[in-house]
Amino acid sequence: MRGQTIVEKIFQAHTSGDRPVEPGRIIWLELDVRSARDFAGANVVKNYRRHYGSAPVADKEKTIFTFDLVVPPSNIPYANNQQICRVFAREQGITVYDVNAGIGSHVALEQGLIYPGSTFVGTDSHLNILGAVGAFGQGMGDQDIAFAFRTGKTWFEVPPTMKVIVEGELRPPCTARDLTLAVMGALGSSGALGRAVEFYGPAIEALDLAGRITLASQVTEMGGIIGFIPPSEEVLAFARQRTGRDDIAGVYADPDAEYVETVELDVAELEPLISCPPNPANVKPVREVAGRRIDSAFFGSCTNGRFEDLAAVARVVQGQRVAPHVMATVVPATREVFEQMLRSGVLETLFDAGFIISNPGCGGCASGHLGMTGEGQVQLSTSNRNFPGKQGAGDTYLTSPVTAAWSALRGEIAVPEVQQ
Amino acid sequence: MSKRTRVEGRLWVLNDPDGRLYDDIDTDMIFHNRYLHITDVDQMGQYALDNLKGWEEFARQAEPGDVILAGRNFGAGSSRQQAVDCFRALGIAAVIAESFGAIYKRNAINSGMPIVAWPGLTDQAGHLATGDRLEVDFESGRVVLNGEQVFQAEPFSRVQMDIYQAGDLFAYGKALGGE
Repeated sequence: MRGQTIVEKIFQAHTSGDRPVEPGRIIWLELDVRSARDFAGANVVKNYRRHYGSAPVADKEKTIFTFDLVVPPSNIPYANNQQICRVFAREQGITVYDVNAGIGSHVALEQGLIYPGSTFVGTDSHLNILGAVGAFGQGMGDQDIAFAFRTGKTWFEVPPTMKVIVEGELRPPCTARDLTLAVMGALGSSGALGRAVEFYGPAIEALDLAGRITLASQVTEMGGIIGFIPPSEEVLAFARQRTGRDDIAGVYADPDAEYVETVELDVAELEPLISCPPNPANVKPVREVAGRRIDSAFFGSCTNGRFEDLAAVARVVQGQRVAPHVMATVVPATREVFEQMLRSGVLETLFDAGFIISNPGCGGCASGHLGMTGEGQVQLSTSNRNFPGKQGAGDTYLTSPVTAAWSALRGEIAVPEVQQ
Repeated sequence: MSKRTRVEGRLWVLNDPDGRLYDDIDTDMIFHNRYLHITDVDQMGQYALDNLKGWEEFARQAEPGDVILAGRNFGAGSSRQQAVDCFRALGIAAVIAESFGAIYKRNAINSGMPIVAWPGLTDQAGHLATGDRLEVDFESGRVVLNGEQVFQAEPFSRVQMDIYQAGDLFAYGKALGGE
């Protein structure tokens, strides 16, 4: 048998039969967890009831709802949709991570629902973020998820795998987000289209879990199915602690695994980067757009909503205030992150600097929570998409928490400097 | 085989404001997030493409049986099924693109909505215009423009044809004896 990549190995362990899993083959994939959120959740329930009536889900222990977009609901249609999910969940005995929990993918990591080598699907197109711990995650539509609720499996075409090697040492003020933007710039919006990606190299190995989450979260914007970062000792220790299972091991590619392409880049001389309108792949050095006046700055999302990201913001703004004309908003990824902010003093630092701090969730990504823009508004955001009109009529620039914080203080896009 | 595997219809060539075939049309351009609370498919068609610059009126002009043509990475972005279902609601016969976003492709296949990948389409786009008649064969990938010019797109994959013939993913699952 030929050597296998990470996605091939995970799939091999999650499908029946001994036939080798290889690119192009369509398999039935067994799902360790299937989920739905407040977006599309009601559509999942509707599909489920139409096709399966009151039949039980395949395994209620492996089926969850996570509400993370319009939390708590700010309008009646979403209040209705969330309640539709709650009622279904009660009937079925399914756990709901309700409106106070935070972003579903992050909650799944914190709760130990997902771990290296496992499989997870749901109605969140950034569920492939779970590649950050070497797990397979995938966002799907409401028909797919209704089917997965009932059967515990899904069909999947095994993707080919490409390799991205990142050399060099990432140095401040550059962060994992700048590395991610560098990869995005190299690959473009469809450079990984329909593929799995595996990330290697010293700059990747040095990333902490929060940095790995940032990188993995943007593979969707490169067109990829998922990007795997081979688990480090830190990641394995986290997973073992969160699951309470000490038998968890990473899934790693065979030395003779086959790749369709290898892309190499070096971040030793990297400078801070930014995605300009109209799409995430429009990556430029921050200095090229420096000086542009901003109206608002958003900190959070599944890409940069970890405690480490918000603590980095606090270090930049410590003892200072955001520019008077800038609306600066912080949305922690989860309740656990919120608690870390509270207990560490980060919350107080951000409050004193003039930030608006909300309960945890996705933020403005899908006009759910906070972070909308009006016509003519210029927004800096640590979120992950800036497609025209997505968060409103304004112009959204995507950048690192450090660059966004540095700019919020000055009221214009600014190149961050290394702080002493 | 019961459902038709060849369709012929009036063409909509989705060009951008510069007159080039639109690449990276994301799901918020197809079906904006402000409508995501809608769960009734019949209500979705009216909003199709209303956040795509230059195509805001598309939903009022499209007719059942029409065929849509777009560039690379059509349906990038979110996992929303509505971005497929809005075209089903309008009775669009097929969406053809240079390539599709991965989740979008699955959603289309699962709901039995015909989508056809046409590698190289961007280079041929000058031959195609809105209002042309286009025929596409899902089994062979053969495309015929105005009954004359012949092009080659990708045929349906096996799973795509199986689900299409069954109707949708649910019917396919039941036909397999599972669910």
